[in-house]
Amino acid sequence: MVTQTKQNKNLEETWEPKILAFLCNWCSYAGADLAGVSRIQYPPSIRVVRVPCSGRVSPYFIIKGIMDGWDGVIVSGCHPGDCHYLTGNLVARRRFAILKELLEFFGIEPGRVNFMWASAAEGERFANLIKKATRIVKKLGPNTKFSKKW
Amino acid sequence: MSIETENKKIEEEMREVARNLLREKKVNVVIGYTKGTVPLSSTPIIITSENNVDKLIWNNLCYVNLAKYLVPRIPQLIDPEKGDLKVGIVSKGCVGRALVHLSVENQINLKNVKMIGIPCNGIINRKRIEKEIGEKEILELFTSDQDIVVKGKDFEAKYSYDEYINELCKVCKVKSPPKIVDFKDSCLGECQEVKSVDDNFTDVVEFESKATQDKWSYIKEALQSCTRCYACREACPMCYCNLCFVDQNKPIWFEKTTEISDILSFHLIRAMHLAGRCVACGACSSVCPVGIDLNLITRKLEKIVKERFDFISGIDSNKMPPMMDYNMNDREEFMLEE
Repeated sequence: MVTQTKQNKNLEETWEPKILAFLCNWCSYAGADLAGVSRIQYPPSIRVVRVPCSGRVSPYFIIKGIMDGWDGVIVSGCHPGDCHYLTGNLVARRRFAILKELLEFFGIEPGRVNFMWASAAEGERFANLIKKATRIVKKLGPNTKFSKKW
Repeated sequence: MSIETENKKIEEEMREVARNLLREKKVNVVIGYTKGTVPLSSTPIIITSENNVDKLIWNNLCYVNLAKYLVPRIPQLIDPEKGDLKVGIVSKGCVGRALVHLSVENQINLKNVKMIGIPCNGIINRKRIEKEIGEKEILELFTSDQDIVVKGKDFEAKYSYDEYINELCKVCKVKSPPKIVDFKDSCLGECQEVKSVDDNFTDVVEFESKATQDKWSYIKEALQSCTRCYACREACPMCYCNLCFVDQNKPIWFEKTTEISDILSFHLIRAMHLAGRCVACGACSSVCPVGIDLNLITRKLEKIVKERFDFISGIDSNKMPPMMDYNMNDREEFMLEE
């Protein structure tokens, strides 16, 4: 019994969240690349999906991600006005605003879903934001509320 | 004025307008409500001849949003020789709003639609009454003065009218269809000019102030009985996709189990789709076979688009709905910053 609690405690301490990250091809993906080649350290918690634009990310993806058991979802795109497709991220921003408010309204921790802007030149900012998002999700703990049990 | 006399007056005016429309051949058909086959119900009816106009009724059980009948899910072929079908449609406030919004989304042409506007006085929440009466069978329901009287085999019950109407009707500000600037002659009968709607959303704010855990348990409790029959989708005038996301099987967005995460993801995405489009008619809650109250989510959607994008659906035919539009200066306080 004692060993089990110890083990659980250990698990809690060493538990690292798994975060699904949708990065836009033109800015954030390149930003992540820059963070990599500049050897900036950030937590190895994200798994990257490269999308053509943050406007490509449908709320379905995010909800399905959480449902499939990811502890958090990140969507990152170009800064407003810098979109390769001119308005993709502006359209996406409206969607995200509504999704985030709805998640909060439904009582699902809104911290699990994070949206951010990071340009191709902002490797440092990208690393910092990933650090911050990981911290938020880690504080919330494993995703048990919304993930499918069977 | 008591509700009965009000209803009688509405009914007579509505029939008069419908009769004139059909006689003058301004419309081919009139869509309206008629008496249902069981008490507590009223069914939609399509009338093509002025002799049948007396079949049209109005009472406080006409919950169906008739705008649904103008947006076939699979577009029908229009006979080029006969031209477009001209339709007269009995419109309470929310039907009018739905029609305006559908024309904004280019689903219908308001030129072919004549709204027979009526000042709606609220729809009775029959789910709530049925729940409170329990297993007993209701044989008759009518309004007298400010009360709803329910009669059965060996019981009679009275409910206050103001209390037992739909939650959405209690806060409804658009009782009769809105006047539209571009199509002045499309609205006959009672129509109102709506510039803006003042609403303080006290009911939503109250729910929002709860702790996350309380919200979760409330929502979970409320939606748990959902069997996902999609009656809410069928009744909604805004759900007209040719292939609904629930019917897609490549990829399957959520599985067909009754687990809470599957149910919730349906309701979440449904809510996402209706943001800035929902006209708050309450048809979804009225048709739910297990009596789930979706009004709270509906109200929340209204609040989001009102506060964020200053938009009210189905009022102005010239304003772009928020999800079809974008703006550089949107608020972005929810974005993650360093």
